[in-house]
Amino acid sequence: MTNLIAITRKEAKAYFSTPSAYIVGAMFLVIIGVFFVFDVSKPFAEAGVRGLSDWASFFIVFLAPLITMKLLAEEQKLGTLELLLTAPVREWEVVLGKYLASFLMLLAIQSVTFYYVFIVYFFGNPDTGPVISAYLGLVLHGAAALAIGMLGSSLSGNQIVSAVVATAILLIFTFINRVSSLMDGAPAEFINALSFNPKLLDFSRGVIDLFHVVYFLSIVAIFLFLSIRSLETRRWR
Amino acid sequence: MIDAIDITKYYGDFPAITGLNFSVEQGEILGFLGPNGAGKSTAMKILTGFIPPSSGTAKIAGYDIVEQSLLARRHIGYLPETVPLYEDMGVSDYLSFMGQIRGMSSSQLKKRIDEVVELCRLEEYRNTIIGKLSKGYRQRVGISQAILHEPDVLVLDEPTIGIDPIQVVETRQLIKNLGEEHTLILSSHILPEVSMICDRVIIIHEGQIVAVDDPSNLGTNLSGIERVEIEVKGPNREILPALEELDGIQSIERIPVTGGAYHRYHITVDIGRDLRHDLAKVVVANGWELFKLQSLGMSLEEIFLRLTIEEEELPSPPGEAS
Repeated sequence: MTNLIAITRKEAKAYFSTPSAYIVGAMFLVIIGVFFVFDVSKPFAEAGVRGLSDWASFFIVFLAPLITMKLLAEEQKLGTLELLLTAPVREWEVVLGKYLASFLMLLAIQSVTFYYVFIVYFFGNPDTGPVISAYLGLVLHGAAALAIGMLGSSLSGNQIVSAVVATAILLIFTFINRVSSLMDGAPAEFINALSFNPKLLDFSRGVIDLFHVVYFLSIVAIFLFLSIRSLETRRWR
Repeated sequence: MIDAIDITKYYGDFPAITGLNFSVEQGEILGFLGPNGAGKSTAMKILTGFIPPSSGTAKIAGYDIVEQSLLARRHIGYLPETVPLYEDMGVSDYLSFMGQIRGMSSSQLKKRIDEVVELCRLEEYRNTIIGKLSKGYRQRVGISQAILHEPDVLVLDEPTIGIDPIQVVETRQLIKNLGEEHTLILSSHILPEVSMICDRVIIIHEGQIVAVDDPSNLGTNLSGIERVEIEVKGPNREILPALEELDGIQSIERIPVTGGAYHRYHITVDIGRDLRHDLAKVVVANGWELFKLQSLGMSLEEIFLRLTIEEEELPSPPGEAS
């Protein structure tokens, strides 16, 4: 447990004290801001964060791998993994500690978007329920995306490769529901059940489905487990 | 304190280490000497539990490095050859992190970081970002983290590689002092370095131990062997005695050959003597047919020639140069 805290603290400190995380975060916020402006400038725009959360969910696919790419890839490249893993530290502590730090970073970036929520409340009278569900969706989706990013980072010593692999996996999860429209019956339902998009749509509409929550948490668990295994098998290669 | 039991490591089909057996007593400084690519770093990585051996095992402070990895790792301080450090951390932040993941409490850490920083003479650089330090100072940070938690066993892989000669002298003195309190394994490809620091030396070549000796004996007691392989067609009963009669031969081993019309022998000869000429003569004089005559592998002497035997000269002090 102390190892876990030490690793999380170290990584969180690294995020908040180096410029790269700020640059990535700022870029994300600028893009979301632009789409937010478009969304609220439409004629008869509704007072809500639906447009905002839809776009934020979409860009998390690109943001999350940029946050996680260095976590394990850099350790492999610099060779610091050798010192880390010859200390009495377990692989899961390394993976989970780093994951928690990246999650804190993502929460910090996402919390800046409260600014837009404030604007919506200031100028309009939105329904609070969908705002809460939309943010729950954002956090869960972000958590899942970071776990997938973690796996990408464990697979390669090259940060670019790590980010691209993770983005590719995320895009598949995001858009696979498009394939289901070409089929019908059980396979279509199965593919729909795998995809992020229908669930995110529900969250932004104000629907909190327990199945969706469990789904995203399972994605986190599965990909963190795969990252741990990937780290363990690195030694055997 | 350290027991390596029959360690073998394959990278794919390539044997990096074969049948490594040795042990290090408490308080001993053991040198691992060998040319580049001999398998030294692989051995260090296995001893510290970073990579598992293909077969065999190692025990650190009585704990099996594979089965009881976590317990074994508690007793190890390790400095890999490349000195991997987190570039964007400050020196004391880094040391404090490395201490934490080895289970040190914050009060312990505070005291110990002061001690270690003083010992490695890093006082002025406590808050410097590691990425900005020169190679020599990075090395000191690397050594600091290895000794921070006062491990029973210290494993230092080529600790003086790539730093300037004056710092090399300081680093060696530091290591020698550390050896008074720790059991220490040190790898090097520099002969004088090992003989200066170590109590005992293992010479490793192509993944095998070729000699174990006292450093003072290393130069004089080169009781190595030179081996020749010979393949001859003729009656074995006559060949063996004829070859044995030659001057300078220590032993002859007959190697079974399947499906060949000839006999194969491995002949061990006195060091420094090349008997291939005489062997050929014997074969021809008896009317047998010679198929092959080849020197086998490197002798200890040749391995020594591949080691860095002399040190680079110290640069002349500034101002003296023309």
